[in-house]
Parts: sequence; C-alpha cells; structure tokens
Amino acid sequence: MNIIVCIKQVPETTEVRINPETNTLMREGVKSIINPFDMYAIEEALRLKERFGGKVSVITMGPPQADAALREAISMGADEGYLVCDRAFAGSDTWATSYTLAGAIQKLKPFDLIICGKQASDGDTAQVGPGISTHLNIPQVTYVKKVEEATDKSMRLERMLEEGYEIIQAPLPALLTVVKEINEPRIPSLKGLMRAKNAKIITFTQKELDLDPQQIGLCGSPTQVVKIFTPTPRVGGQMLKGEVPDIVRELVELIKGEVN
Amino acid sequence: MDYLLTEEQKMIKDLAHKIAEEKIRPVAAKYDINEEYPWDVLKVMGESDMFGLFIPEEYGGFANSTMNLCLATEEFSRACGGIAVCYAASALGTIPIVLFGTDEQKKKYLPALASGKRVAAFAITEPEAGSDASAIKTVAKKVGDHYVLNGLKHFITNAGDAETYVVIAMTDKSKGARGASAFIVEKGTPGFTFGKKEDKFGIRASSTRELIFTDCKIPAENLLAKEGMGFIVTMRTFDMSRPGVAAQALGIAQGALELAVKYVRQRVQFGKSISSFQGIQWMLADMATEVEAARGLVYATARMVDAGIKDVAKESAMAKMYASDVAMKVTVDALQLFGGYGYMKDYPIEKYVRDAKITQIYEGTNQVQRGIIALKLIKEMAK
Repeated sequence: MNIIVCIKQVPETTEVRINPETNTLMREGVKSIINPFDMYAIEEALRLKERFGGKVSVITMGPPQADAALREAISMGADEGYLVCDRAFAGSDTWATSYTLAGAIQKLKPFDLIICGKQASDGDTAQVGPGISTHLNIPQVTYVKKVEEATDKSMRLERMLEEGYEIIQAPLPALLTVVKEINEPRIPSLKGLMRAKNAKIITFTQKELDLDPQQIGLCGSPTQVVKIFTPTPRVGGQMLKGEVPDIVRELVELIKGEVN
Repeated sequence: MDYLLTEEQKMIKDLAHKIAEEKIRPVAAKYDINEEYPWDVLKVMGESDMFGLFIPEEYGGFANSTMNLCLATEEFSRACGGIAVCYAASALGTIPIVLFGTDEQKKKYLPALASGKRVAAFAITEPEAGSDASAIKTVAKKVGDHYVLNGLKHFITNAGDAETYVVIAMTDKSKGARGASAFIVEKGTPGFTFGKKEDKFGIRASSTRELIFTDCKIPAENLLAKEGMGFIVTMRTFDMSRPGVAAQALGIAQGALELAVKYVRQRVQFGKSISSFQGIQWMLADMATEVEAARGLVYATARMVDAGIKDVAKESAMAKMYASDVAMKVTVDALQLFGGYGYMKDYPIEKYVRDAKITQIYEGTNQVQRGIIALKLIKEMAK
C-alpha cells in the first residue's frame, strides 16, 4: 500500500502570542514541531505499511526549515520526504495550499491512500485535507478514529462524531483525516534517526509543479486577513436579585439601556 | 557543562531524554506504588534501539559502548531510577556474553537482547555471599555433555522477568575463587525456578527475586569462557557496568536537583520566592557542583572503557562510589528544599531518596569500592 502523509510544521505551543502592533504571530524563540495531529497520521500510515507492506511518503509545504519535520517523520519510519517550497507559494491560504499540495501529490502517483491530521494546531481550519481530496477528485473521510478493515481496494472506517461514530466504507484511493483517538504515535528509533539524518529530501518548486499562477500563493488565496486580534475577555455577569416580576422589569430596562 | 559529545552521542542522549519525559516520568509513580515490572516502557526502549547500545552491530546492536549505556541510563534515571535499573540490569546480564561469549553464543542470545524482546540478568549474589563473592555455594557439576546446577542466588535484579541469565557457580570448590565458572541459563530450563519477589524500599519498578537451582541440567555449551574463569568474567563485567550504576546514581541526582530548583522558584514564604534566600541558594549551588563533578568522573571513566584501556577498576570504583554518595546527599537535600511537602508521597521527591540509596549498596557496596581504590593506590606506589 502506497501511503502519502501530509504534514505541517507549526510552532510548539498552543499559546502563540500576537504582536499587538503588527498583528502578526511572534515566532521568535518558539521551537518548531510537527503539528501534533499529523503525528497520528504518520503513525497510522506506518501501522498500515507494517500490515500491508508498501511505502510511506511524507509531504509538507513550507519554508526550507520544514525539512526538519520531514526528517522527524523519516526517523519514525517513513520512507521518503518531499518538501514543497517556493517563494511563489508564500502567503497561501487553505485553498491555495490544498491546490498546491494536490499538484505535488499528482507527481507521487500511484498512491492508495492519503492521510492528514484533522487540523493544524496553529490555524485550526481543518480545511486542507478535504481541499486536497477535492482537487484530486477522490473520496474523503474526515475525523477517522479507527481503521476497522483494510484491503488494497477499500477501507472500513470509524468516523468520530460529536455523539458516537459513523462506520464508513470507502473505495481506495481515498483521503483520511485522523483524530488523536486513533493511535499513540511511536518514539523514533536510533537507527531511524541515523537514516533520517542522511535521507535525501526531494524539493518541489513551482518550476517542477507548473501550477496555475493564479491559484497559488497570496494571489491564489481568496482569504484576506483583515485584522488579527485577541478577543477581549468577557467580563463577569450581573446577578439580579428580588421577586421575579421585579427582576423581569429590571432586566428589560437593562436590555433597553444596552440597545440604546 | 559541555562534555563535547559526538553528534551520535547527542542523538542518543536526546532520544533517551524523550523516552524519559514522554514514557517514563508519567508512569514512574504508578510502577513505584504497584511494584510492577514496566514491560510497556521496556518495549518502547527496545523499539528505539536502546538495548542495542551495549551490543555490537554484527549481533543486532548499535555499537558496544559504555558511554552510550551511561548516557541512556542517566537520562532514564532522571525520570525514574527503578525503571532505569530494569534497563541497566539487562546490560549487566548482557555484557558478559558480549565480552566472553563464543560467536555461536553471541548469535544465539544477543539479537533478542539487542531488540529488547528479551531481558537479561546477572546472578552472583547469594544469602551468604554478598561482598565476599568467593563464598558462593551454588555448584555446577559436569555430567557427560551437561552441567548440573544446584544452589540459590538471591537479590537478583530482573529475576523472573528476564529470559537470559548469566549465573556464577562453583565448578571446583577446592580451587576457591579460581574454581568459579559462568553459565548462560535460560528461563524455563527444568530445575530452574524463582523464589519470592522482594518488597523493596526503592527502585520498586524493578523485580528482585531468588533463583533456585535444583538439579538443573544445562548443556555444556552454555559455559561462558572457560571453567574457572567465573570471577574474571564477573570482575571484567563489573568494570564495564559500574560506570552504568554510576550513571544511574548521576541521573537520580540530576532529576532530584531539577525538581528542587523548580520547586524553590514556585514556593513563596515571607512574601518572596524561597529561591531568593541565600541559605537555599547555597544548598542549590553545592548540589549542582557535586552533580557536575560526578558527571565528569562518570563520563571520563566511560570514555576510558571505550578507549579499550584494560585496567579501569580504580576509576570505575571511584565513579560508582562518588556518584552514588552524591546521589544520596543531593536527593536528601532536595527533599529538604521541598520542606514538609517533600516528605509526602503526593510529591515525587521522596522516591528519589529511596531510589538513590541502593546505588551505594549494589554492584559492590561503597565500602568495597573504597577498598578497591585504596588497594590500587597502595599497589601503584609499591611498583
């Protein structure tokens, strides 16, 4: 089974601070890690490879230093790493990112399965995985918490819902996004780390991918960030006391006051 | 302090650190309370090639290196001295096979030990043969193409859980120390059973049991080295493994120091962080300096072993003795810095005191180590 795992390098903290003057993320001094949800995607791909054979390729779009994320995935057991990296891709939103990644994945054909984490811990959009499947015109199953059965033709999956789960049968090739309930990611091995250190990472630029310039980077991104701000914390409520009819009258007056 | 580790050594240290923080620290209290063998953690160590650090590459390991063993043991011990000793005791049971095994013996036993699928143990101690190892009573009698073992070993780390044992027994009592031999004995051999599991003060994640041999027949090919070489096997093994025990002590001390510094920064008394008091600061400074001095000694000794220097008995004894004395002092001081909270089991620090104590006792008490050091000094002067 040939599996492609899409990963993202993100800052290691769930509390990234925002510079109030420039409204940009303050990344200085923050270590970069593989998006924690993508770790489950890598682990699931490795487990499927252990069952069915084949290979696991990891792909990421990002700056040159995202190379470290690919090497970490290789140290866990992935076979190949692909870095999609070009200034032309800078400023991509989820639309342009999924279009670009789908373009790169076309180069890795044939594949049976694409696995993504359910979302990235920095952007929290959960859009890139489904976007890739749409651009590639293959089925998608999001929020997968268990692979029940798998053959080289199809998969039976448990998909997590807010209450309970769905069982979905999907033909392959397909794209899955996975949740943290699916597995426990492994610790790399020493031999894996040595292999990762010397592994060759293949870079795809716009030249190799030859994508529609209107759909990549900032100009291919319909999302425009107008403003980034920290929401002001809610202040405590006001408790009204007394008889119900009096409270209701008081409440109505207060609401009128707010409206005016 | 920068010990100018090679890139490979840094990689090993970082990986062991990751295992310690993600897989050991969260379960340390659980295994300490339940006195349960930490198989799930050993599985992770095995999958990460940690058991291969003291086994040559041709037998499925990574490289035979005492420095590697020390780096990993130190990092594991920072998080839990008990889980770390399950690992280090397997090294102790493996080293004699690495040093003295025939190619057949190495091929048969080392790959499974390198992958962590099997764990090893080393057995010399008996109820009446502790520091006086020459007093062992377990006998091995050659009968045809077999040896028949009879006797009792006790306080054996990993006993019951290990699959591969290196056992020291007398093949010729009339020759005293020169009549001892080393044997590889596999769990499940008829006549080989285990006694009760000891209820210990510290390192409670590790298992300690008796080995009981009752007409236990083992093939003659399981003899390690030659008849009569049992004590040489033991001494050479201890020379290599003592830096590992020293590293365990070092890791326990380092772990306690880190917890103490973290705690004094948070603890407020008299309206200030107690880390602002000179009395506390001076304690921390002494603790940190002693830990660093121990580290220097441990690493220098490990590097001597890896450089192939034959006689490291004095340095090994110094490293083991000093690092374990430091571990005892630093853990007690760390508990003191936690005040009354430190005495409570809800806080992790009292476990470090309990885990540290054994490092002054096993693999030769610190009194025996001092004896080794003094004897070497006197002999050197007499040359």
